[in-house]
Amino acid sequence: MAAHPLRLKNPSPAEQEARKIVGVNAETVTNVSSTDFPHHYPGEDHAWDKNKFQESFQVQFHHNKPFDASFSLIGIDASVANAFRRILLAEIPTLAIEYVFVNNNTSVIQDEVLAARLGLVPLKGGKEGLLSFLKWFKKPEEDAPAEEQFSKAYDYNTIALSLKIECTRNENAAPGEKDPHKLYHNAYVYAKDIQFKPFGRQLKYFSDDDAIMPTNPDILIAKLRPGQCIDVDMHAIKGVGSDHAKYSPVATASYRLLPTITITKPILGKDAEKFARCFPRGVIGLETVTKEEAAQIGSGYEGHEGEKKAVVRDPMKDTVSREVLRHEEFNGKVKLGRVRDHFIFSVESLGQWDSDEMFLEAVKVLKVKCEGLKKNLADMTR
Amino acid sequence: MPSKKEVEQPTAPADDDASMTEAPAAEEVQEEEANPVLLAFEEQRIRILPGSTDTAASFEFKKEDHTLGNALRYIIMKNPDVEFCGYSIPHPSEEVMNIRIQTYEGTTAIEALDKGFDDLMDLCDIVADKFTAAREDFASRQMDED
Repeated sequence: MAAHPLRLKNPSPAEQEARKIVGVNAETVTNVSSTDFPHHYPGEDHAWDKNKFQESFQVQFHHNKPFDASFSLIGIDASVANAFRRILLAEIPTLAIEYVFVNNNTSVIQDEVLAARLGLVPLKGGKEGLLSFLKWFKKPEEDAPAEEQFSKAYDYNTIALSLKIECTRNENAAPGEKDPHKLYHNAYVYAKDIQFKPFGRQLKYFSDDDAIMPTNPDILIAKLRPGQCIDVDMHAIKGVGSDHAKYSPVATASYRLLPTITITKPILGKDAEKFARCFPRGVIGLETVTKEEAAQIGSGYEGHEGEKKAVVRDPMKDTVSREVLRHEEFNGKVKLGRVRDHFIFSVESLGQWDSDEMFLEAVKVLKVKCEGLKKNLADMTR
Repeated sequence: MPSKKEVEQPTAPADDDASMTEAPAAEEVQEEEANPVLLAFEEQRIRILPGSTDTAASFEFKKEDHTLGNALRYIIMKNPDVEFCGYSIPHPSEEVMNIRIQTYEGTTAIEALDKGFDDLMDLCDIVADKFTAAREDFASRQMDED
């Protein structure tokens, strides 16, 4: 390796820590980009080393529920963390309604608007069936003859659903009744009115609790008045979020960087209470200055024994509002920042995947991408 | 989104769905060709752009974006034999991502890209392992608390 110096320097731990902090100041944000690349710091080695990464990378869970998981990835670069986030949003396969066959629609919602609304209804069902039994439906060519369009729709790639509903007058409604719920039957069409039509082996994977149904039964699809009806058949297939947002498996998947608050000079008494109020509850705590601290010359606590002092309790709860930087009395006493390689992920699933499983799937998708393209590269150069 | 043609297509009776049948087992294998996650196994998606030399080359990736571009750029920049690596998306309405790699003497841009894929796959393995371990650890700690 020609460009390598013979002897490698190692920065001090304090220097390493300082390099990780993004400065959040009153009007600027500093030290934004990562610099851990070879040749950036003369004489330092920053080459990729999977053993080093294995040692330094950490995952911490904060909570882990099927619909909402939160965890920290520590010691990873933003480019990779962002790749995982983007894959969660756009590249994980889920099931959604793609084809709507309108047999009859006399509601005030136009066919195409109704179809778009139906597509956006999140569906759930048996995990085994959704994730392993159900395969991809290859979309027919646009100019294929009508009878061939769905000739490849089988039990393992198409979920059939139907919505057949008609609004009628409620003969038993009280005179003068204004509430459409009581005045009519089926004045409101909800997601729960969508019927699953299993066929073939689907009965095995999607029965009882595992049946395909909307995750949220009370999504309003359309409003009807007596005499109006909707009669549609639907095909739900697998797709990815980059094709259409209805296939996105998450409500949100996002990350934020861990905030840091460094108190550089003691903040005491009334100031300490005001200081705590500049942050969300639980971020700053108040402690009493001890005898030992007060005895320490140059600590800034001399003669303040028994007074309250501000201490940082839980920076994770901070929102980095920068409120504290607006007050004169804290000038030069506090530094705000964020840790550049500490990503606090929040993944909220829509129900087809468990949130934690979905993150693992995102990692898998990135790996499979690399595998495929590595093969492409080999084929190209052969 | 169904096109107008698809919407109008079969105004068949409701029991038409029942005509969909179980597929012959052999068909199931080919169905994965529609899976966008496995796209790279179906078609050639990388090409070297004209004007490239051994140690300085631009690669064009079809159907890739910032997701892979930035992650790959990072891991290739971590290679000490690489002098420069950058990526760009030349036009937002074209599904194309370009990566530029310039290396020092002694290796080639193609080798650097290949090593980038290997390193990124190693990274994915470590992330997945650590994530699974942390999840199990968290679950057992939750059990103790309850």
